[in-house]
Amino acid sequence: MDHTPFIIAAYSIGFVVLLWCAVAPLMRKKSIARDIRRLIQIEERSRDPNS
Amino acid sequence: MNSNTATKAKPRKHPVVLFIHKLGSPPWFYDFAGKFIPWLWLIFGVLTVLGLYLGLVKAPEDYLQGQSVRIIYLHVPAAWMSMMIYSSMAVMGFIALVWRIRIVEILAMASAPIGAAFTIVTLTAGSLWGRPTWGTYWVWDARLTSELVLLFLYLGVIGLYNSIDEPRKAARAACLLAIVGAVNLPIIHYSVKWWNTLHQGSSISLMGGSSIDSSMLYPLLIMAVATKFYYGANLLTRARIKLLEQDKRKAWVREILKEKN
Repeated sequence: MDHTPFIIAAYSIGFVVLLWCAVAPLMRKKSIARDIRRLIQIEERSRDPNS
Repeated sequence: MNSNTATKAKPRKHPVVLFIHKLGSPPWFYDFAGKFIPWLWLIFGVLTVLGLYLGLVKAPEDYLQGQSVRIIYLHVPAAWMSMMIYSSMAVMGFIALVWRIRIVEILAMASAPIGAAFTIVTLTAGSLWGRPTWGTYWVWDARLTSELVLLFLYLGVIGLYNSIDEPRKAARAACLLAIVGAVNLPIIHYSVKWWNTLHQGSSISLMGGSSIDSSMLYPLLIMAVATKFYYGANLLTRARIKLLEQDKRKAWVREILKEKN
């Protein structure tokens, strides 16, 4: 029995799972930073009605 | 020197105590963790490249398992991590419940997805190793089943934490579940001794040494150390993001975002 496909599959799945686990929080950080900046803009506008 | 001033002098805190106190401050923790993360990723990368080179290229094939032994360099470190992360999550959960330290709550909750990822890697890599070695992808063996239960526990902690809106209440509930679930850890560890399982017993122990040849042991240990750095880097990254999210109305978060603009 050729073991190569099993080795490749195990490492590929491991790579994808651990990469996703590392990248997902960075994507979340971007969306949180965007939300906070929007929140700051809304607050600044509400403080200054002329703008 | 006046003796009165000497007696009134404030006692200086031990540097370790001072460091622990500082860790409780979100802006300080955010800044401190941010300095460490790139170095942790760098060490993880170097160790992983070295471990994979030694394990996949230099190490010999096993006389019984053949080439499939190379899956062990991923499966075993991931399995150790799945248990180690759960242990640390339960300990942090206990500290969070008793002393109500918010940073520790955040660290405990940030550990759960990383632990779940390592458990998925353990189960899939083990399954892919089992097919050529045992002739089956899965058996309802005590070790495999208890590891699957560990994955469900991780998913339970993540689910419970996300199901409650107020983050501190959510963390406390999830920490309690993490502590209760820790009962599964000795079951996983001793399952191969308590029951007659298809999964083999430990080849390496802290006290009893190792029955593996050094050409296979070193890549395994290097990969085991590498995964610790992965956990450290990922944990601090997630903790920083959770702090930003929870403190989004606080001045220190806004200052950080303004600095980046």
